[in-house]
Amino acid sequence: MLPELFSLFYQFADVFAFLILASAGLAIVFGMMGVINMAHGEFIMCGAYVTVGLVNLGVPLPLAQIAAAFTAGLIGVVIEILVVRKFYKRPLDSLLATWGLSLIVTQGMLIVVGSSIRGIGTPEGSFAVGDYTFSTYRIILFACALAVLVGIYILFMRTRFGVIARATMQNAGMAQALGARTGRIYAISFGIGAGLAGLCGALYAPTMTLIPTMGATFIVESFVTVVVGGANVLLGTAPAAMLLALVRMALNASYGQIIGQIGMLFAVIAIIRILPEGLSSILARRGR
Amino acid sequence: MSAFRNILAAASTLVLLTCAATGVQAADPLKIGLMEDVSGDLAFMGMPKLHGSQLAVEEINKTGGILGRQIELIHLDPQGDNARYQEFTRRLLNRDKVDVLIGGITSASREAVRPIVNRTKTPYFYTNQYEGGVCDANMISMGAVPEQQFSTLIPWMVEKFGKKVYVVAADYNFGQISAEWNRKILKDLGGTVVGEEFIPLGVSQFAQTIQNIQKAKPDWILTINVGAAQDSFFEQAAAAKLNLPMGSSIKVMLGFEHKRFAPPALNNMHVTANWFEEIDTPEANAFKKRWHAKFPDEIYINDMGYNAYHAIYMYKMLVEQAKSTHLDDLRKVIATGKACIDAAEGQVCIDPKSQHTSHRMRLVSVGPKHEISVDKDYGTIQPYWLSEIGCDLTKKNDKDQYTPSHLPKK
Repeated sequence: MLPELFSLFYQFADVFAFLILASAGLAIVFGMMGVINMAHGEFIMCGAYVTVGLVNLGVPLPLAQIAAAFTAGLIGVVIEILVVRKFYKRPLDSLLATWGLSLIVTQGMLIVVGSSIRGIGTPEGSFAVGDYTFSTYRIILFACALAVLVGIYILFMRTRFGVIARATMQNAGMAQALGARTGRIYAISFGIGAGLAGLCGALYAPTMTLIPTMGATFIVESFVTVVVGGANVLLGTAPAAMLLALVRMALNASYGQIIGQIGMLFAVIAIIRILPEGLSSILARRGR
Repeated sequence: MSAFRNILAAASTLVLLTCAATGVQAADPLKIGLMEDVSGDLAFMGMPKLHGSQLAVEEINKTGGILGRQIELIHLDPQGDNARYQEFTRRLLNRDKVDVLIGGITSASREAVRPIVNRTKTPYFYTNQYEGGVCDANMISMGAVPEQQFSTLIPWMVEKFGKKVYVVAADYNFGQISAEWNRKILKDLGGTVVGEEFIPLGVSQFAQTIQNIQKAKPDWILTINVGAAQDSFFEQAAAAKLNLPMGSSIKVMLGFEHKRFAPPALNNMHVTANWFEEIDTPEANAFKKRWHAKFPDEIYINDMGYNAYHAIYMYKMLVEQAKSTHLDDLRKVIATGKACIDAAEGQVCIDPKSQHTSHRMRLVSVGPKHEISVDKDYGTIQPYWLSEIGCDLTKKNDKDQYTPSHLPKK
C-alpha cells in the first residue's frame, strides 16, 4: 500500500514541479507585465545550454545552474531594454517581436553550436520504495519548485522592490508620479522572468535531450498553466499547477500519456470557459 | 501593391531562369530534389542525411557525373513539418522539374509525400529504415525493414532475456505499426506483451512511464520512441535505476543516443542495423574517412545518412544501366534482379517485387561505458515479407502500405 501511495505522490510532485518551473517565469512576464513572451522557451534553452557548458568546463553542477539562471536573467534585462520596452502598449506586436527573437535564437544556436550537444547525466542516484525505484533528483526538482514559489512570494509581497513593482504593474503613471523608476522596474521584472525560465532549463538540463528547440517541450505546459492561473502569479499559477498536475497524474496513471495530455487540455478548456480570468479571479475575490 | 511586386519579381526571375537555361550548351545537369530536416526537432538526425547526399554528389561530379551529366542537388529543409513536405514536393516536381526525389525522415512525412509523387513518373527514394510494407512503384526504399530488423532482434532478445516485453512507442504510424510487428513476432515465439505505451511526439517527461514499467515487471523493453524530446526517456530511466535490457530498431545507429547521453543511460541497449559508425571493415573505414574529411564536425554517421549517400549511387547505377532517367526504364533494370551496388556494408540489391533493399544485418549491443559490440552477424537478409504476402510491383502497382493486420486482398 505504502509504495503505491508514495508513487502517487511522486508522480504528482513530478508533474507539479514541471508545471511550476516551466511557467513561473512566464507568469511574471505575462501575468504581471502583460507581455506574451514567445521567446520563453529560448530562455529555458539558454539556461540548459549554459549549465551544460559550465559543467563541461569543470564547474560543479549546482553552481553552474545558479550561474545559468543569472545569465538568462541578464540576457532578459538586455532584451527588455533593446526590444520588449518598445512594445508595452502593443501586445500583439510584442508577441510577434518575441516570436521572431525565438526563431533567430533557435536557428542561431543550430548554426553556431550544432544540432545537439552531449548531456551531462542526472546526479544524486536513486532510492527504492517497495518494488519501485525513484530518481532522487526528481524530488530535488519538486523542492526547487516549492522554493521558487516561496521566493516569488517573499520578493513581491515582503520587499520594498515588490511593493514598487506591484504598484508599477497596477498603474505605471501614478507610480512614476510618486517617484518609482518604472523603466528600471520593468527591466528587472522581465529579467526575473527570464532568470526563472533559465533556472527551469538549468534544473532540467541533466535529465533531457539537449537540442536548440528543447524549449518547445515546455511551452504548451507553461502557457496553459499561466492561462488557467490568470494574472496573479501566487494565487493563480500555483493552484493552477496543482489542479492540472492532479488531472494529468490521475489520467497518466490509469490511461497512459496520450489520455493524460488530452485530459489536461480538456480541463484547461473547461476552466477557461467557466473562469475566463483564470483561477486567481475567484481566489483573489475570496481573499478580499 | 506588394502582390504586384511579388508577381513582378516572380516574372523577372522566370525570365532570368529561361535565359540561363538557354545559355547552357553542354548537357543539362541532372536534378536531384532532396528534402531533409536540418532545422527543428529532427535536425540532429537529418544533418547527416544532407551531408551524405552532398558527399555522394561531390564524388560523382568529380568523376564525370551520371551519363556525362553533372548533378545539381536542390535541397529544401521542411523542418519536420508534413505540410511543408507536401508543398516542397510540389515545388520540386512542378517548378524545378527534378529527375528524382529523395528524402523524408518520419514515416508520416513519407506518407505525406507519396500520394503527390504517385501522380507523376518521378522516382522517389526513401532512405530511412521504417516499419515496412509500402508497395508502390514510384518508391524505392533504401533502409532496413521489419523482416530485417525485428525478425532478427526480437527472437534474440526473447532467447537472451525472456518472453515478457514492455513497449514504449511514439504515437504515429511508425510506432503503431512497429508495435504491431512486435505483437505478431512475439506471438509466434510464445511471448507476451505485458504493457504497451504510445507517447505523443514532443513529450519529454517519463516518470509515470518508468513506474508503469516497474509495475508490469517485463524482461526487457522495446524502445521505439522517436525524436529528441522522447529520447529523454533514457536519461530519466537510468536516473530511476530501471536497469532493464532494451531493444530497438532505431536507437544507436540512427539517433546516436550513445553519443548524445552521458553513460550509462544507453547501457544494455540492443539494435539490429545494416549500418552503424562502429563497423570495422576496410570498406566501412574508407567510407568513414571520406566522410570525416569533408565533414570533420560530424558527431556520428548515422544509418540514414549512410543510406542517403548510397541512394545516390544506387540511382547512378540504375540510370547508367538504363541509359535513361525515366522511371519505367529504371524499373526495367530493377526487374532484372541485378540492381546492386557495393555499399560500405557490402553488396546491396533492390528486390524487384517490392523495390526494397537487401541488407547485411548485424546485432549490436551497448555497454555501460557506451562501447559498442557486435553480438551477431546475420549476413545478407532479403526484404522478403512484401513479396510473400503478394506484392509484386513487376505485375501490379498497389500504391498501398501493408501491415500484418492490413494485407492485400487475394
